[in-house]
Amino acid sequence: MNNLIILPLLIPLLTGVILLFLGKKIILQKTLSILSGIAIIITSILLLMDVNSNGVQAYFLGGWLPPFGIALVADSFAILLVIFASIILVATTLFTFKGLDLERKNYYYYPLVQFLLTGVIGAFLTGDLFNLFVFFEVLLMSSYALIVLGGTKTQLRESIKYVLVNVISSALFVTAVAFLYSVTGTLNMADLSARIAEINQPGLVTVIALLFLIVFGMKAAIFPLYFWLPGAYSAPPPVISAIFAGLLTKVGIYAIYRVFTIIFYHQPEVTHYTIGVLAAITMIIGAIGAIAYNDIHKILVYNVVAGVGFILLGLSSFNSDGIFGGVFYLLHDMIIKAALFLLAGAIVVVTRTTKIGQASGIMKSYPLLGWSFLAAALSLAGVPPFSGFFGKLLLIQGGFLAEQYVFVGILLLSSLLVLYSVMRIFFLMILGEEKLPEPHQRGNVKGLVYPSIFLLALSFLMGMGAEVIYPFVADAASTLLNPESYIEAVLKE
Amino acid sequence: MRTNDVILKTATQLVTFIIIIFSIYVFLAGHHNPGGGFIGGLMTAAAFILLGLAFDIETVKKIIPIDLKIITAIGLLIAVLTGIGAFVFDANFLSHTFGYFQLPLLGKTELATALLFDIGVYLVVIGVTLTIIFTIGEDQ
Repeated sequence: MNNLIILPLLIPLLTGVILLFLGKKIILQKTLSILSGIAIIITSILLLMDVNSNGVQAYFLGGWLPPFGIALVADSFAILLVIFASIILVATTLFTFKGLDLERKNYYYYPLVQFLLTGVIGAFLTGDLFNLFVFFEVLLMSSYALIVLGGTKTQLRESIKYVLVNVISSALFVTAVAFLYSVTGTLNMADLSARIAEINQPGLVTVIALLFLIVFGMKAAIFPLYFWLPGAYSAPPPVISAIFAGLLTKVGIYAIYRVFTIIFYHQPEVTHYTIGVLAAITMIIGAIGAIAYNDIHKILVYNVVAGVGFILLGLSSFNSDGIFGGVFYLLHDMIIKAALFLLAGAIVVVTRTTKIGQASGIMKSYPLLGWSFLAAALSLAGVPPFSGFFGKLLLIQGGFLAEQYVFVGILLLSSLLVLYSVMRIFFLMILGEEKLPEPHQRGNVKGLVYPSIFLLALSFLMGMGAEVIYPFVADAASTLLNPESYIEAVLKE
Repeated sequence: MRTNDVILKTATQLVTFIIIIFSIYVFLAGHHNPGGGFIGGLMTAAAFILLGLAFDIETVKKIIPIDLKIITAIGLLIAVLTGIGAFVFDANFLSHTFGYFQLPLLGKTELATALLFDIGVYLVVIGVTLTIIFTIGEDQ
């Protein structure tokens, strides 16, 4: 039996447990965290090679065959996301060397991040709906602790909202799972897919599908359910916001992609069209929010909301170009959002303010920081040499093929507004007259920019070497569009 | 004001042992009867909380020599390692097995590796519950 599939899940779990013993030995904790990230990347790349040559792999916990036991399923989509999640772990851990106060590091920051990653990777790899719920809770519990870690007034206020919203959505998740279980009598995704295909998704199942859309939409922050995100993501320190922006909403998006391509795909005119409408409104809201504020954290947070809309549009067009673009844009979005939040953290260290008007001219004293921000901004908007271009191009192509001209128009318009929102930060805060606090009041940004440059280099490579990553993303998209290979891998025996 | 709580303290000393023994019984019975690591751990924690109520938290901390957070971590480690242990026998993660052994005093007994996993759960529950209660209790 191939134990490789469980390793990306076990490494962060075991590292997290070991880090609990280390208490205040910060240097050892940092080293172990980075080693764990690298180990996950290596094992997942091996796994990706395996999946690419031998097809989708399934792993049965405790040796119990599905639909009775819990299955972990590794297809290209899940593994690509695991790899990018651990890259974000490595980059943010490098940032914490200089970018996080000792107080927070002493109170279990590193183990919490490892447990968060366990939940994220588990949610990507699982093949069972209730197990997905459990991993959601693992990552949410860790994120509750991370959001409140440090205990400032804003953090306490925002964490109450965040916990409240997520407790409600978790309760809804359990209700939705209960409904689905009472209709089908199974919780294994492959088995669910086969059974719903047999009964051809009656109205009742479509209602349950929309309930799942509400549940995952709350985690992913789509239009009517995004209200908790702007506050929650701007409250904690920049490293933690970067982890949240790079991973948390993406898990919700992943769950929507998974559930609506493998289980509920028989009534796309209802479910996928609804997703499209919500995605379009999400893009509009995100773009409006991004241009409305003068606060760099708020601008970036609304960019996260807009990004969710872009990615879900690919699912709504539901053809190979759209799904391909969605998967590619999802991967791009993970690294670029993390990079932007880390850069914003570095900018705040220099300027001591988050308001655009109150500081300017960073470029003169900190050219590296300025140019990296420009690169990140261009990549976010989808300018050709960077990774954002390729994903958006495919999304637009998919939208045209599905004849969703209005949605594509909204996508283009909000891309423009998103570009405007980040370029405003660039022109007003980074260029211009030098208006910064006295040098001795500025923090030290040495070491804070390099993690983001590492992520930006990756984004650049993804854009330039798109043909290297192409076969893997294509494989991910084709598994999503043809769930037969997924079902066959799980239920073969 | 000093209240005379001799009866409470004496009764607690006796009752605590009964609760702990019963909790261990429930913990071991979990494989065939209602019980298991979770409820067993809660009961053991309840016994310590009773001690904490009758005496004070410092006394209970003296009884439990290691940091409670470390107990939680040890429990997690045991649970994960029993899962990983299956790799040695070329089985899937979390595969469990059982066998019959001739033990002194008890005679022929069924021993399952699931018990090892349950010890992990038991320790985690005790560690987490007592950490919560003591952290709240220490705040003045």
